[in-house]
Amino acid sequence: MTSDFLLSLAQAITKGLLTGMVYGLMALGLSVIFGVMRVVNFAHGEMMIVGMYLAWAGSEYLQVSPMLSLPLIAAVFFVAGYALQRGMISPFIGRPEHQQFLLLLGIALVLVNVCLAVVGPDSHGVQLDSQFDSYEVGPLVLDAVRLHAAIAAVVIAGLLWLFFTHTRIGKSIRAAADNNMGALVVGLNVKRLYAITFGVGAACVGAAGALMITIIPVTPFLAAEYTLLAFVIVIVGGLGSMTGALLGGLLIGVSEAVAGLLVDPSLKSMFSFGLLILVLLLRPQGLLGKRGT
Amino acid sequence: MTNQYRFTRRRLGQAALAGAAALGAPLPLRHALAQSGPADLKVALLLPTSGAQAQIGQACKRGADLANAVFADMKMPVKLDIVNYDTETKPDVARTQAEKAIEAGAHVLVGAFDSGQTIAIAQVAEQRGIPLIVNIAAAPQITEQGYKFVVRNFPTAPMLIGGAFALHKEIFKASGVTPKTAVLMSINDTFGTAMIGGIKAMFPKLDMPYQLVDIISYDPAAKDLSIEVAKAKATKADMLMPVCRLNDAKLMIQELVKQRWEPMAVMNPGSPGLYEQDFLKTMGKYGEFHISNVPWLDPKSAMTQSLEKQHAAKFARDQLDLNGGFTFEAMLIAAQAWLAAKSTKPDALMAALRGLKVDQHVMVGGPIQFDAKGQNVNIVAAAVQNLKRKPTVVMPKASAAAELVFPEPGWNDKRRT
Repeated sequence: MTSDFLLSLAQAITKGLLTGMVYGLMALGLSVIFGVMRVVNFAHGEMMIVGMYLAWAGSEYLQVSPMLSLPLIAAVFFVAGYALQRGMISPFIGRPEHQQFLLLLGIALVLVNVCLAVVGPDSHGVQLDSQFDSYEVGPLVLDAVRLHAAIAAVVIAGLLWLFFTHTRIGKSIRAAADNNMGALVVGLNVKRLYAITFGVGAACVGAAGALMITIIPVTPFLAAEYTLLAFVIVIVGGLGSMTGALLGGLLIGVSEAVAGLLVDPSLKSMFSFGLLILVLLLRPQGLLGKRGT
Repeated sequence: MTNQYRFTRRRLGQAALAGAAALGAPLPLRHALAQSGPADLKVALLLPTSGAQAQIGQACKRGADLANAVFADMKMPVKLDIVNYDTETKPDVARTQAEKAIEAGAHVLVGAFDSGQTIAIAQVAEQRGIPLIVNIAAAPQITEQGYKFVVRNFPTAPMLIGGAFALHKEIFKASGVTPKTAVLMSINDTFGTAMIGGIKAMFPKLDMPYQLVDIISYDPAAKDLSIEVAKAKATKADMLMPVCRLNDAKLMIQELVKQRWEPMAVMNPGSPGLYEQDFLKTMGKYGEFHISNVPWLDPKSAMTQSLEKQHAAKFARDQLDLNGGFTFEAMLIAAQAWLAAKSTKPDALMAALRGLKVDQHVMVGGPIQFDAKGQNVNIVAAAVQNLKRKPTVVMPKASAAAELVFPEPGWNDKRRT
């Protein structure tokens, strides 16, 4: 192998890791909601594009960078997610899975059509000052926008970990996820905890949307693609596992980048699905998932 | 008093007579209007005015919007009734819209910028026996399938490639600099696939002075071309030849800058993307000096001057490019065919299209004439370089509006402002 090839490979892996971190953050929301409430959010990709549109609108009309509007978007998503869970999803918890599926599919259709009606079918992207910038680290050239997005994704994932491990509400949510009956017995308000969980999951998706718009432009038709991608990531990493979601994101990002380099760029998505099939065959619970989830 | 308003047979007769007179009176007038070129040739304009190709579709539409004004300016006794249909950048929608247009009474279909969408429309046109004038679409099969109701006023992929490679040689000769290697990056939609096929077949026969070291294809919906560009950079080619559209052209140049790859030239072998207004606007100084080898507007034609004047008046913020030029010409062809046919019947219009010879038009090249397959073979390519945020003809020398800059300056060169 020549040094040029190794450098290209290292470059591809680095790029895959950076993109994978944003993928991981996106899938984190799905994993958190499922891990605690055992509800699969089929409107995940649609929520993601709403986050992207909000960040785009902030940049286009208010000249606010997506990185700066991110906390506000996450907060709006938290409130919306909380309200959605209390108002619509809560009555469906414990009901047959197909009913939950239809409800969330309905929400997804409403969201994507609202986007189409309000913004139209055209793609919209943001113009950033760092759009053409890159950093040189030894022989590697790192894309500035991707690097900023990846750092932000890692910070958000770290904050989420702190929330679940070091706050009273976070610990209560984990307790309710581990033993719902036990949580009720000790007097925890499980319905409220579920609503907070959905809000936190939605905030993760909104934040991931604000980061993703810095990398690629948004159209309403991206929603289904993102829902599918999030599912692939959490299934590979292990449904319900936060670390698994991050690992899945990194694996998918790197596998797509390396496959693009080694095989054919137009076939790169095939490799993420190949990885999914492999995991389903060899370890159906996902790489870091628990048996029975 | 009440008897005065009674409805009688006599009154019915009077009313019928008055009605017939009212309806019949304008008949001679309508007949005279029909003789002088009436406003009733219904042209369905099918374009991707939304979706990934929306900006280009809208650029095409602007050319059609100005058709009647230019005809009037050029004293042509004709006015078209143009009805717009959005294909949403999807072949299936293009097919449905073509059917809808025919149901609504369209006499002629015009469209559709993209080969995939045009093929879908051509099938409908052929099934329903309605003439289709292709404004832009390069896939050879459009005029290779024996269609009886399709004519194309745009070069096929081999014509584009042949013209572009001839210009490459002229550029190297004029600049005294010849790249040794080139890498091709191509979108893998219908147009891109046709271009790749054409380049693979023609390259060995054209005796080009450089070696084609790799062909890298990518998805039309690609949202990121970092790996593709990294792969192209790894070839260390002297020249990048993109076969692209607007959005991927932007992604590609963005990645070139980020990955600090400075090839001697970014020069396409006949493709859109690099000369588009939105590309020039969003890429800023990084959009400068790239070369497109494509058919372009002939600045010396009186009709082009009229079109430019109308365009500047109505769309001051927008650039008139080959998209608007070819779509305008499609309208011109429909109008001339109608004037020749003196009928809106499909067979009469097709017969007129086959025998058409339009000397005065807007694009560089000979008269618009269709061969037995329905292809205009008189279209000529020009080398158009982005200079001062404007696509400018630099080759052939006879039509050049500015001096060629080759090799193109590096990303941080002072000439990029």
